[in-house]
Amino acid sequence: MQIGVVVFPGSNCDHDALHAATLASGREAVPLWHESTDLQGCDMIILPGGFSYGDYLRTGAIARFSPIMAAVAQFARAGNPVLGICNGFQILCEAGLLPGALLRNAGLRFVCRQVHLRVESTATPFTGGCRAGQVLQVPIAHGDGNYYAPPEVLEQLERRQQVIFRYCTAAGEITAAANPNGSLHHIAGICNAGRNVVGLMPHPERASEAGLGSADGLQLFASLQPCR
Amino acid sequence: MTAWIQVGLKPTVLDPQGQAIQAALRKLGFGAVAGVRQAKVFQVEMAPGADPAEAKRQIERAAREVLANPVIEEFSIRWEE
Amino acid sequence: MTTDETLRQQGITREEFEAIRRLLGREPNLTELGIFGVMWSEHCSYKSSRVHLKALPTSGPDILQGPGENAGVVRVGDGWACVFKIESHNHPSFVEPFEGAATGVGGILRDVFTMGARPVAIMDSLRFGPLATAKNRALLEGVVAGIAHYGNCFGVANLGGETQFDASYSANPLVNAFALGLAREDKLFFGKATGVGNPVIYAGAKTGRDGIHGATMASEEFSESSSAKRPNVQVGDPFLEKLLLEACLEAMATGAVLGIQDMGAAGLTSSSTEMGARAGTGIELDLDQVPQRETGMTAYEMLLSESQERMLLVAEAGREAEVYAVFAKWGLDAVQVGRVTAEGRFRVRHRGAVVADIPNAALTESAPRYRRPQRPAARTLPLDPPAGGEASGAAPTRDPAADLLTLLGSANVCSKAWIWEQYDTMVRTNTVAGPGGDAGVIRIKGTRWGLAMALDGNGRYCQLDARAGTRLAVAEAARKVACAGARPLAATNCLNFGNPEKPEVMAQLAEAIAGMGEACAALGTPITGGNVSLYNETLGHGIQPTPVVGVVGRIELSAERGPTPARFQQTGRAVWLLSGAAALTAEERRQRLGATEYAAAVLGQTWGLPPALDLERERALHGVLAAGRERGWIESAHQVSTGGLAVALAECCLARRAEEGETARVGARLTLTEEGDTAATLFEESATRVVVSCAPEHAAGLEALADAAGLEATRLGETVEAERGLEITCGPARMRLSLARLAQAWETSLGRQLESVISPMEVLT
Repeated sequence: MQIGVVVFPGSNCDHDALHAATLASGREAVPLWHESTDLQGCDMIILPGGFSYGDYLRTGAIARFSPIMAAVAQFARAGNPVLGICNGFQILCEAGLLPGALLRNAGLRFVCRQVHLRVESTATPFTGGCRAGQVLQVPIAHGDGNYYAPPEVLEQLERRQQVIFRYCTAAGEITAAANPNGSLHHIAGICNAGRNVVGLMPHPERASEAGLGSADGLQLFASLQPCR
Repeated sequence: MTAWIQVGLKPTVLDPQGQAIQAALRKLGFGAVAGVRQAKVFQVEMAPGADPAEAKRQIERAAREVLANPVIEEFSIRWEE
Repeated sequence: MTTDETLRQQGITREEFEAIRRLLGREPNLTELGIFGVMWSEHCSYKSSRVHLKALPTSGPDILQGPGENAGVVRVGDGWACVFKIESHNHPSFVEPFEGAATGVGGILRDVFTMGARPVAIMDSLRFGPLATAKNRALLEGVVAGIAHYGNCFGVANLGGETQFDASYSANPLVNAFALGLAREDKLFFGKATGVGNPVIYAGAKTGRDGIHGATMASEEFSESSSAKRPNVQVGDPFLEKLLLEACLEAMATGAVLGIQDMGAAGLTSSSTEMGARAGTGIELDLDQVPQRETGMTAYEMLLSESQERMLLVAEAGREAEVYAVFAKWGLDAVQVGRVTAEGRFRVRHRGAVVADIPNAALTESAPRYRRPQRPAARTLPLDPPAGGEASGAAPTRDPAADLLTLLGSANVCSKAWIWEQYDTMVRTNTVAGPGGDAGVIRIKGTRWGLAMALDGNGRYCQLDARAGTRLAVAEAARKVACAGARPLAATNCLNFGNPEKPEVMAQLAEAIAGMGEACAALGTPITGGNVSLYNETLGHGIQPTPVVGVVGRIELSAERGPTPARFQQTGRAVWLLSGAAALTAEERRQRLGATEYAAAVLGQTWGLPPALDLERERALHGVLAAGRERGWIESAHQVSTGGLAVALAECCLARRAEEGETARVGARLTLTEEGDTAATLFEESATRVVVSCAPEHAAGLEALADAAGLEATRLGETVEAERGLEITCGPARMRLSLARLAQAWETSLGRQLESVISPMEVLT
């Protein structure tokens, strides 16, 4: 499994994603510069966290026009696995590869802390190694993570089981207090209709070693080994 | 020629910033305030001698495709000579 | 004829003007006068503090770069070096809290990466007036949001720091930003303009009229008209800074860069003259080449502009193209604006004419140095407790449990999670101990090394005794680092004081520096740089003297052994107090109680003296903490400071942050030997004390280790299930508090004091 990590000028979690992907896959993950259109034969692409182009207009709004995103879109349409983390999730939504949008946190402030996620579906290349209903401890760090989609889109997401992660308590209960940003339906991550493109606001790459407080996130990268 | 493009959240989308400002205004005694919604305004200068019809087409497209996200936002354009 | 009004605008005295005339051998023009104004300002020249700063210890076997460069450099091991510094941005943060704090972070990050280091951690030391005032709440919220905005976008982990409150900071908030970066020892860069004829390259943001006279603003008191200076406040762009970081590190890697310095205070002027002065060369600039954001800028404006995110580089002649290619890749301006000369002069051309021509030495070495008059202030606060007061020796009538809850909720003691949850504390996945513990700790990937860091300052102690208070600040910062299990290596300082032209303030500054020197020498932590912020006064009211110290320590990490956490880890552990504090007489104890948070927050009074400190025993304690961890004995270690022993014990029981919740809490059943009276035993702030927990079978070993180091080890009790809460027996007093109650007081207090907090749920309903 060769993993590639897209590097936008304002990406700041690119090194972290490369580090975790290399740990998980046992093969040196490669950076993919935003001005290139060459995915270097990667089998999986990660859009990392950060502030891609400063994000002064809207998070991810400019990034979707970069040359690499045309190649990523084609790669995704061919059914290959694409994972968007935090800003990467925002970019996938802006690019139309995932439905909905990420609004300003309901509390209006940037929030960085550990949260718990309930795995709602294992039918994606990234959650194949998880158990349905499994609770993962993974940190968040964002100011715009409040998931929004119009009612009919939300309904469709639920019906097709495209909600992959929901914010929950340590015991796996879905409560208002466990929702850190006001996301509709407590959504932390979703997939596309083809189930090969997944975006989530929490940072699994920051939960990839016990010394960092949690290694639960490594499963998302490791799940890929027996690719379904 | 200058285009003033206003981009704001659709009325159906929750606007926590607008709500926070509204709450603050009421707390400060602006009792007549009933609702606040926050929006962004872009002031876009057109190149001198640009064809007005083409300029309008371009700005319309820029607003729709770049400046606003149609999932959550709507926009309006005002022109100034 | 240069009028008094012109001189006042440039912040130059008549005597200084005469000196300038002698140095130039002629009358300076207005541009040159502006250059002297900023370079001779307190901020750039340290003219009031330099004679005292010389006494600080600044060298040691692991110190690769002491004060005088953009940041200090310390050897870590395996070829790695850490680059760090702390700097104030107090005045801009008062005028415009969000941008002032944001650009403070931006400036200190540039100081670090200009040395060739990638920034990996930041911390902040903040001071505000009481939160009962709306203005102070707005200042805190703006400052925190500004720090979060800049650091989060740039992508550097914020490991916390410290925040304290006192009325003296109401119109003089303090924002001290610390940054630490990592570099290879053999790939460090310095701010030197080497090689006559080499091109001088300007890179980064375009120059506008931002912050003109920021450095002189930082060197004068605030008056009511200061808000009129608002248009000159710099605005930061963290995204651009991120690009600048990547471009600079990449340009340095080409080997074509010989010297580099950021354009901070006094922008183009200070970077050019300092780079020339350090290398014994000069720089000739052509202002027509400088990228400009505004039209019609004068030479004066361009030279004094403090536009952010700009760098000055000296490249090897003939290899400019390599440097330009890197900056172009990152979408940044990089143009040649001058060249290195042999004359040792700062010469500036604009529109074909020479507009300034000054010897570098006149701006740097020949800058004025004042031995300003000192007069120790008469004590304004009594030495003994107010007569008839509750601490005057009468039998205690108070409820110690209620007092403990009051203290846990007081602004100076309570959890600061409301602040640091807004900071990205984990980006770059190096954080092995984030905010909320005693020290922040990062790992260096691919090595066995970690770096622990902590900031400390205590204005109340320094107000009572500047020398003793500063020694205590150094000791506490080092002790926090030692609690994590690290061995303190070096320090950086930020000296925040009032108007040095007042002999009382000058006496405080001199005493503080003397105390800092004593403590840094004794604890093996040389000062590698920092800054001095004077004139923290508004309408004649000055701040408490607030020297802030940052200490960095080295720790060996392994998969089995991370840094020592501050909190109790499990039940059934022995709880011990390791102490190097001196035994006090009854009178001393009464006097020392007056400097505590208990006296201020519970009794509403301050008197007496700060805690006593024996620096030799302090150093011995640091050694025991490191050795105890290395042997696998110490499971948790938390130092006793603000709020005293009872507060430290309560904090040990609680989770570092609220969302770790009840599952992370641990109860304790403890018995304290009463010394003096109950209040003194519980809340006195004697230094050199640490609460540790260990497995019962390691207690004897730990006790022997402490004993051999000349310290007292006292068994206080044991950890128990969280449901049993915190139970403390102290003389006749016995209290038992549920952890939920302690948490309610400690965890949520700051949020409750900041009225404007809007929880997500409030908005949604």
